[in-house]
Amino acid sequence: MRRDYDVAVVGGGLVGAALAWGLAREGQRVVVLDEGDMARRASRANFALVWVQSKGLGMAQYMGWTVRSSDAWRQLAYDLRAQTGLDVCFQRPGGFHLALGETELAARAQRLKRLHNQPGAADTKVEVLDRTAVERLLPGIGPEVAGGSFCPLDGHVNSLRTLHAFHKGLYLLGADYRSGHTVHDVVPAQAGFRLMTSRGEVGAEKVVLAAGNANMRLAPLVGLKSPMQPNRGQIVVTERAAPFLHYPLVTIRQTDEGTIMIGDSREETTDETMLDLSIAAVEADRARRMFPALGKLNVVRTWSGIRVMTQDGFPIYDQSERYPGAFVVGCHSGVTLAANHALVLAPMIARGRLNADLVGAFSARRFDVAKVA
Amino acid sequence: MLRRLLEEGQRVCVTIDGKPVTARVGDSVAAAMLSCGLLSCRTTPISGEKRAPYCMMGVCFECLVTIDGVNNRQGCLIEVSEGMRIDTQHGRRAVE
Repeated sequence: MRRDYDVAVVGGGLVGAALAWGLAREGQRVVVLDEGDMARRASRANFALVWVQSKGLGMAQYMGWTVRSSDAWRQLAYDLRAQTGLDVCFQRPGGFHLALGETELAARAQRLKRLHNQPGAADTKVEVLDRTAVERLLPGIGPEVAGGSFCPLDGHVNSLRTLHAFHKGLYLLGADYRSGHTVHDVVPAQAGFRLMTSRGEVGAEKVVLAAGNANMRLAPLVGLKSPMQPNRGQIVVTERAAPFLHYPLVTIRQTDEGTIMIGDSREETTDETMLDLSIAAVEADRARRMFPALGKLNVVRTWSGIRVMTQDGFPIYDQSERYPGAFVVGCHSGVTLAANHALVLAPMIARGRLNADLVGAFSARRFDVAKVA
Repeated sequence: MLRRLLEEGQRVCVTIDGKPVTARVGDSVAAAMLSCGLLSCRTTPISGEKRAPYCMMGVCFECLVTIDGVNNRQGCLIEVSEGMRIDTQHGRRAVE
């Protein structure tokens, strides 16, 4: 095994794997340092949407960045399949956010208006539809559905297979993946960095922190910061069924293999070993009111996962001023943004410089400004 | 392939894939299917492979069948009853 690398990526989840894959495609010698099987794994517990509508209230640049990734996803899926033979089942039929009752619909319309009224807002082509228009595309809706919003740029993917494809691709590109290597310390050295892991030291010229919520602990080691505020989500999963839902919703989607995933809870706890069934019950009940036929399906499992979440919900992409070979990449939407991470951000890091025109808005320096104001 | 240890007992008539079959009172649907020589009760949702009852105690979910029009019932947990309509299930269940 090679001892020294152009770049060490800390974190082997969707964000780390996408970046490492993009870096390896640029010809960089890459090592991925990952934790073991007991690590909290947002990449294995997520809803797998490639989602545009409703993102970016408070930071218009995030809208454009999200639209860009949604547009680039087809290319990413194509490239992964060409290299690894794995079909990650990316589909972009457009997605819905449904409203139960007129109050919810009005709140939805109001929120989208505020989102798009921001200076620099991207055109997400989202539209608010009344019940009749929704019913034309979603014939099975229940009587309480008052309408909803539809965005043609929304889609979904098989996120587990995407993670698998990145890792298989990394292997084929000759990158080193080391599981069970929890990084305890990153020490800036003469030419690069020394990473102290639970299984010894690894040297690399550049380091990319893509460790999810653990970026909060790691970033200060290399003169960066990454304020995080994780939360928990719970999902209800039904048995596999014949194709029934042809568009993903923000709260309900049918996977390529037939199961229906339900849920979008957001809880302050960060204990992912317990379930709160009263929350799962609300999720299931809302789903059944949206699509009464779902009420006949058997639930086969419920699970919870911890969201990677920055303090303001927007991505953090930063390069250390003090140690310019150190980068931090953290965001909530590791699935949606995978295409940008692999195809746009990784090449920048390979060249050693983040392009401020494209990603300057996502610097963690925005948290300093907020503190002063 | 499978033979009953005891042949006596009350009988009920059910249909399996439309064919009339005699089962014994107290049989589970899975037992009734096996005892009349069926080697598989369903095909899987993803690869379409054949599956047959396995654990016979409600754990493995291999014995899913359609009973009286309802998909994905666990055949090993449901007792046969007179006139019951049992159908082998092909792939994913329907949402109606």
